[in-house]
Amino acid sequence: MPDNHGPYLIRGARPLGGDPVDLLLRDGTVAQIGNDLEVPEGVQVVDAEGLIALPGLVDLHTHLREPGREDAETVETGSRSAAMGGFTAVHAMANTHPVADTAGVVEQVWHLGREIGLCDVRPVGAVTVGLAGAQLSEIGAMADSAAQVRVFSDDGKCVSDALLMRRALEYAKAFDGVVAQHAQEPRLTEGAQMNEGCVSDRLGLPGWPAVAEEAIIARDCLLAQHVGSRLHVCHVSTKGSVDIIRWAKERGCDVTAEVTPHHLLLTDELVEGYDPIYKVNPPLRTEEDVLALREGLADGTIDVVATDHAPHPVEAKETEWSNAAMGMVGLETALAVVQRTMVDTGLLTWEQVADRMSAAPARIGRLDGHGRGLSESGPANVVLYDPAAPVDVDGTAMVTKSSNTPFRGMTLPGQVRATFLRGVPTVLEGKNA
Amino acid sequence: MRHLLSTGDLDRDQATLILDTATELAQVGDRSVKKLPTLRGRTVVNLFYEDSTRTRTSFELAAKRLSADVINFSAKGSSVSKGESLKDTALTLQAMGADGVVIRHSASGAAHRLSHWVDGSVLNAGDGTHEHPTQALLDAFTMRNRLGTLAGLRVAVVGDVLHSRVARSNVLLLTTLGAEVTLVAPPTLLPVSVGTWPCEVSYDLDAVLPKSDVVMMLRVQGERMNESFFPSVREYSRHYGLDGERLGRMPEHAIVMHPGPMVRGVEISAEVADSPRCTVTEQVANGVSLRMAVLYLLLGGS
Amino acid sequence: MGPLVAWARSTSFNVLFSEAGKGVITLRAQKPTASESGGTSGAQAKVPEGTRAVLDGPEINRALTRVAHEVLERTKGGHEVTLLGIPSRGVPLAQRLARRIERVEDLSVPTGSLDITMYRDDLRLAPARALGRTEIPDGGLDDRVVVLVDDVLFSGRTVRAALDALGDLGRPRAVQLAVLVDRGHRELPIRADYVGKNLPTSLRETVDVRLSETDDQDAVLLGPSRSRAGSAGSADQEVDS
Repeated sequence: MPDNHGPYLIRGARPLGGDPVDLLLRDGTVAQIGNDLEVPEGVQVVDAEGLIALPGLVDLHTHLREPGREDAETVETGSRSAAMGGFTAVHAMANTHPVADTAGVVEQVWHLGREIGLCDVRPVGAVTVGLAGAQLSEIGAMADSAAQVRVFSDDGKCVSDALLMRRALEYAKAFDGVVAQHAQEPRLTEGAQMNEGCVSDRLGLPGWPAVAEEAIIARDCLLAQHVGSRLHVCHVSTKGSVDIIRWAKERGCDVTAEVTPHHLLLTDELVEGYDPIYKVNPPLRTEEDVLALREGLADGTIDVVATDHAPHPVEAKETEWSNAAMGMVGLETALAVVQRTMVDTGLLTWEQVADRMSAAPARIGRLDGHGRGLSESGPANVVLYDPAAPVDVDGTAMVTKSSNTPFRGMTLPGQVRATFLRGVPTVLEGKNA
Repeated sequence: MRHLLSTGDLDRDQATLILDTATELAQVGDRSVKKLPTLRGRTVVNLFYEDSTRTRTSFELAAKRLSADVINFSAKGSSVSKGESLKDTALTLQAMGADGVVIRHSASGAAHRLSHWVDGSVLNAGDGTHEHPTQALLDAFTMRNRLGTLAGLRVAVVGDVLHSRVARSNVLLLTTLGAEVTLVAPPTLLPVSVGTWPCEVSYDLDAVLPKSDVVMMLRVQGERMNESFFPSVREYSRHYGLDGERLGRMPEHAIVMHPGPMVRGVEISAEVADSPRCTVTEQVANGVSLRMAVLYLLLGGS
Repeated sequence: MGPLVAWARSTSFNVLFSEAGKGVITLRAQKPTASESGGTSGAQAKVPEGTRAVLDGPEINRALTRVAHEVLERTKGGHEVTLLGIPSRGVPLAQRLARRIERVEDLSVPTGSLDITMYRDDLRLAPARALGRTEIPDGGLDDRVVVLVDDVLFSGRTVRAALDALGDLGRPRAVQLAVLVDRGHRELPIRADYVGKNLPTSLRETVDVRLSETDDQDAVLLGPSRSRAGSAGSADQEVDS
């Protein structure tokens, strides 16, 4: 790391959107919070007037692609991208090549993250060997490894076998782990290309019906409650899913859920031009679903915003729709999309944003040292965000190695100005430090 | 008009102009010299990723009758089968100076994608389960020739609507031209949102037949049975096949259409297929005139 | 909440939509209509401002009657004659000539139309045009004396196209040309056999033939050049039609 370890005095930032204060970051912690703090010797001052200070963001759902698809993203480029988006910790999904289904692979990813040091990289372990849905992977070994895996997921594939899912839920309990389910009934979605509805019928693309997600969520909530385990639902995308999770929580199921920024803003009508930049799994849904997801996130039915950052090389998208890869990059636009869809609409306060994007995901991932808010002697994981700095989204200008952003050409309302990981800036003045 | 990707892009005047132009060009087939100099010096590429001898031949003949240079670029034995992407193929055609590209592809939307990558005109000759605009236009042309008008015409489209690009293009075009379309199929072979389409839906062929001026039969692939779309070919045929008895229940003036290739004994009996009221071969002949009209309107001007 | 979804669509969906739709904006034919080519918006406006009538209805009738007699004389009774009007205004002129010949000689002259659009040499200069009708009378053109009929002879390019079209339709014994107005300025070695009126014009002027069958009145109007830049469709009418 360069010699920028601080200390730093952040002047005039508004913690959680409140009144301006100064924050002194020293030795990895927030040393002091107050008005008109004195500038000690050797301290660098960051003028943060008008900027909102939030605790470092935590992403529960990131695809870093390394090992195996370093042409799309690496732990380094993904870490830079995460930092640019205000994240201080990310959960790296297991669908790499080789799959992160052993202690060896998860430790490799974890070590890479540590060496790069721009963001805490917490690997997610596969639930089943090779994501094949047949045999449990060594969940205990991954949990006990240096990577201390707590989130297990076959993301990209659904653990569709009910018995296997039951066993995974039960087994992970011994390590305080959580199974994060990619809810997609496989038979109902064979060859599926987009949300099943008016648009798919018109475009002649095989549909991905909402029921294929909702049926699995309902089953898993019932299973989790039956065996008394924690369940996390990845990228909830339909109104029906929100209803089912709300019902499950009411009846005492220990379920948490995430929604992606793109599902909070975009609808399946974007597919009209067959541009695979809008191809993602689960697919973009309808306006009714978008509004229900926002409502679910606002009332706490959905616990967190997770990016499902899924980088793909250009050639995977510059092709026919049905041949194109599913997924969108999202780390660098997440906070601005949440501002647009949730804060500017009055659905969430900045304090609630801090909960949905920092505290709750850290809690679900059992991630110490993150999501603890901005308090004296707390960890100095801080993001400074300018909510009044509109930016025209351009995928090629992003830090991520890929450029497949569905927000291309849109204007988003704000930008991350600085990110501090344990008191050390990973982003300063809008650039990777 | 630069491309023909979907019949939904055509308004009534544009669609009528295509049909009127085809009417004039139909005479060319009866002349001693079956050729017009109109597209001399223009290059039309037939880019066929799916085998379709009849559609490719029809486009080829249409382009040649207009004196265009025609290049057939089929996926088999070309760079495409060696893994070249559609985009790279498009750029290759672009570099060769193709003025028009006729594309048949198994992926819905392939023609849309191609239109972003080439400067020339793109003609959708069938993309996946999306659309087949020239088929719908030649169907409308055939109906107009046989029955005089399209406005108010009652057209039943029967069969595998869910997987049919012909049905999609026909519903859009016929509605634009003022016909009343009824889709007839088992519920498994209809799109889930068919209720929002600008047409009627029925599961009962026998109820629809007496009220139809045109009955368009769609091909039903036997393999759909294995995907549980219907229990057996026999049962499908009993409910939705057109045989001589059902033909007798249609109004006397009513015609039977089929985009081909027909599966005799499944959706249509041999008796009906060979009946003078069945327009299958007429549709093929009309296809050339119609495609000449489209090629002329897309490539003939500035 | 609602407006944001709408915003998403207006930002991207509309862009996509306009891209997808841009292929269809100019399909409409550039067929010159009465109002486009003459500026007359009704029957009362017999002579639009800035133009003058060089032939009125009775004069057109007299000219056609004379041409009918000339055709009969030159073709020795007209027994082998087939009249082919070039759309759009050549067609009613051919029909009028046929009626006059019938009155004079009690002879029914096969009459049809010959659209030359597909043979034009200026197709690339304008969006694709709607086609006129081609109707070849029963019996065909082989060994006939085909008299092509058009309203205005100008550059000669229409006649050149018509000769090409004729060659693809049969082998007439002879081809002759009848026009209502010859305004000069030939660009090809072509002349008319029968002329209703020779009308010396400047290149900058426009000649509009109006016929009751297509335009609600009979008149030949001479007007100043229209300066509607890029209006290739209407320019077509006076360049050669």
